Amino acid sequence: MSVSTDAGRQATAAPTAPYAIELKGISKAFGPVQANKDISIQVAKGSIHGIIGENGAGKSTLMSILYGFYKADRGEIVINGRVTAIPDSQSAIRAGIGMVFQHFKLVQNFTVLENVILGAEEGQMLAGSLAKARRVLRELAEEYELEVDPDALIEDLSVGHQQRVEILKALYRQADILILDEPTGVLTPAEADHLFRILRGLKEQGKTIILITHKLREIMEITDTVSVMRRGEMTATVKTAETSPEQLAELMVGRKVLLHVAKGPANPGATVLDVENLRVKDDQGVERLKGISLKVRAGEILGIAGVAGNGQSELLAVLGGMQAGTGHIRIKGDEIDLTGKHSNGQTRRARGIAHVPEDRQHLGLIMDFTAWENVAFGYHHAPEYQKNRLFMDNDALRADTERKMATFDVRPPIPTLAAKSFSGGNQQKIVVAREIERNPDLLLVGQPTRGVDIGAIEFIHKQIVALRDAGKAILLVSVELDEIMSLSDRIAVMFDGRIMGERDPRSTNERELGLMMAGVTDGGAA
Amino acid sequence: MTKLPKWADVALVPLISLMLAAIVAAIVLVAIGHDPWNALKVMVDGALGSPYGWGYTLYYTTSFIFTGLAVTVAFHASLFNIGGEGQAQLGGLGVALVCLSMPWPHWTLALAAATLGAAAFGAAWAAIPAYLQARRGSHIVITTIMFNYIAAALLVYLLVDVLRPAGQMDPASARFPEGANLPALNEIPGFNLIFEKAVPANVTLFIALFMAWVVWAILWRTRLGYEIRAFGKSETAARYAGINAVRITMIAMLISGGLAGMMSINNVMGEAERLLQNSSEGAGFIGIAVALMGRNHPVGVVLAALLFGFLYQGGAELGLWTSIPIEMRIVVQGLVILFTGALDMMVRMMLGWLFSLSQSAESVGAK
Repeated sequence: MSVSTDAGRQATAAPTAPYAIELKGISKAFGPVQANKDISIQVAKGSIHGIIGENGAGKSTLMSILYGFYKADRGEIVINGRVTAIPDSQSAIRAGIGMVFQHFKLVQNFTVLENVILGAEEGQMLAGSLAKARRVLRELAEEYELEVDPDALIEDLSVGHQQRVEILKALYRQADILILDEPTGVLTPAEADHLFRILRGLKEQGKTIILITHKLREIMEITDTVSVMRRGEMTATVKTAETSPEQLAELMVGRKVLLHVAKGPANPGATVLDVENLRVKDDQGVERLKGISLKVRAGEILGIAGVAGNGQSELLAVLGGMQAGTGHIRIKGDEIDLTGKHSNGQTRRARGIAHVPEDRQHLGLIMDFTAWENVAFGYHHAPEYQKNRLFMDNDALRADTERKMATFDVRPPIPTLAAKSFSGGNQQKIVVAREIERNPDLLLVGQPTRGVDIGAIEFIHKQIVALRDAGKAILLVSVELDEIMSLSDRIAVMFDGRIMGERDPRSTNERELGLMMAGVTDGGAA
Repeated sequence: MTKLPKWADVALVPLISLMLAAIVAAIVLVAIGHDPWNALKVMVDGALGSPYGWGYTLYYTTSFIFTGLAVTVAFHASLFNIGGEGQAQLGGLGVALVCLSMPWPHWTLALAAATLGAAAFGAAWAAIPAYLQARRGSHIVITTIMFNYIAAALLVYLLVDVLRPAGQMDPASARFPEGANLPALNEIPGFNLIFEKAVPANVTLFIALFMAWVVWAILWRTRLGYEIRAFGKSETAARYAGINAVRITMIAMLISGGLAGMMSINNVMGEAERLLQNSSEGAGFIGIAVALMGRNHPVGVVLAALLFGFLYQGGAELGLWTSIPIEMRIVVQGLVILFTGALDMMVRMMLGWLFSLSQSAESVGAK
């Protein structure tokens, strides 16, 4: 196993043809923050090169430089052996670089064809370009399994198909080098497999692919070489075949990391949460939860798997008192009011339900508030935060925040810093600290590690397991199958507002769960 | 964009904005054939050069503190209350009804009752747009603007047909009884040593300053203020925390309307001593600029109110002592609002650019 920790050198033997992309000594600073520090990589033509690193390691900055969004302070970009200046995205496209962003840049109410030619129209009239695009799309579809109905509106397409449109857009602009930024975050396992088949097909045709991801499994599965970034530096470039997930994780974080949660067997007790025939309609009157029934017992973690948008958010919202519903929710046998005027987050908290919401930036935290103000969020009526009947005790609150920050290793441990100034992982630690320290009977957790770096993931997982071992009930919702499989004691799969079935994590596998997530029911005895 | 240091954000940006406004105002003056330096001298002399001038400046300041605070409270709940003007006029009605209701034995009693009346009427006038926003989603900007017109029309009707004493020519209420007259600064022991001549600034000034403290305490020291600010920053997060959107919208607007209404104890009770048509004289709108410039913080509001008080009084002096048309006052106010409010981002960006330049110059120098 050979690892070149010298960023300037290349671990692979140089092929004779020039590299598709060669970055030499790229540096970029934002004020005092050095986002990229003397970064050099060489990507061979017709290969899939992975770039992996924690949030804030500088991956996105590097790709933004390559795509002309930022200008590097130093260093040069060599494309196919020629030094190329990329001052804007138009130049990047001309140089043959295509980018598929994490958040798609598609016009929702345009058709696939219209989106493909957007910005690449030839002439004033659209008919010619549309006809040409239709022809090219048909060829591309045959060549790379990239079938999409050219006349479908984007808003009617599944996320996986929308992503194909993004890839088609790049190929239509004759991209030879394709950069994909966290492409599988929104896909089902089956869709991700299909994407990987497409990428392999593109590679066989001589295209070069750069894959940015934080998922070690994907790197291992599809890349030829992988570069690891940490704190703006390229810490290593290795051949994928010669490395292991454990080694990559260590290179990313800078210390040994437990990739799998160490937990003993569950010791479930009495039923804490009992949901029966829960139904929820959204503002448009569409039913989003179609009769959910489930139970969570004390001392166990029930994981809810599913592709985003199949009702998990609504389930958390109703349980957390943010949305009205019909049906029954019982906590330790006591019925909870679901529709009345006292059904809200405050009354839920009073019943011992704590909630780590899916979206910490829009729900769990007020980003402009300081850390100590956020520690009171939702619990600002708690008696220990009051000085008297009139005023809150901000000093007590700050002291409490300092204590929580120490226990949960929030960095930097400064209570007066605004929430938005913390990294994603530390923001999440603030939320988790606030909710877990309340010692709730039931903890609702949505996407606990979305946008959280590996080090913090390990920590947050440990806290959740510790709460379980303290005899609390935990309902975990996550779109990351790995997370569901390693944390849960039981797994329920949601699809289209229904529970498709329950599985034991020890006896199921990703394939079976993936089928259930896609709505296929004949996957075995339930 | 570079993040500005705090001192630059709260002090430098408004100062530069003000200077830009002054420069453009000077250019306008030169263009219409006047000497800007002389104009500035007249304004400063007239507004700040004598206790008498201060007496007027502080009178205007008092009104602007109330309306500025009104906008501030609503703003923290992410509600843009443009209806300060109408709420202040309704507050004036409340003051008039209280003052005319009985022969008040002492001004302190009258003041306490009139303050409540003013706040109640102002709050009531804000309650309708607030309810429409909270329950029906009718945009508060639109409804509060419309309620300004309704308030003006309502007061014309009341002053012409109901409150006007028989035989009086102008549309105004009867004069308030003697016991309801508030002491002006020149009538308060201690202050009368400074203010020798009769000035309009009155005891309401201290109520305004006290209310600035109250607003600060509510917003940053109470659960209610916490909920108002949380709701204003993120409605979805507020729902997560179990904060009742309808309740917060209503309460924030009631406080806001109440503050705007309280302005009329300064002008209606303290100065005019009867209710006139259009009693608020645009102070409700100035409050928006004051809150903007004061960064929606009570301390900033008090300082910005003082600035606008100076502009108001100084502008009046211009009309008095020079041939500069009195409309110039509106031009200057407009420029201040334009630069401190609308073009605030421009100044901020220029400063951010300068700061980043000096930073990179430092880092180059360090090498």
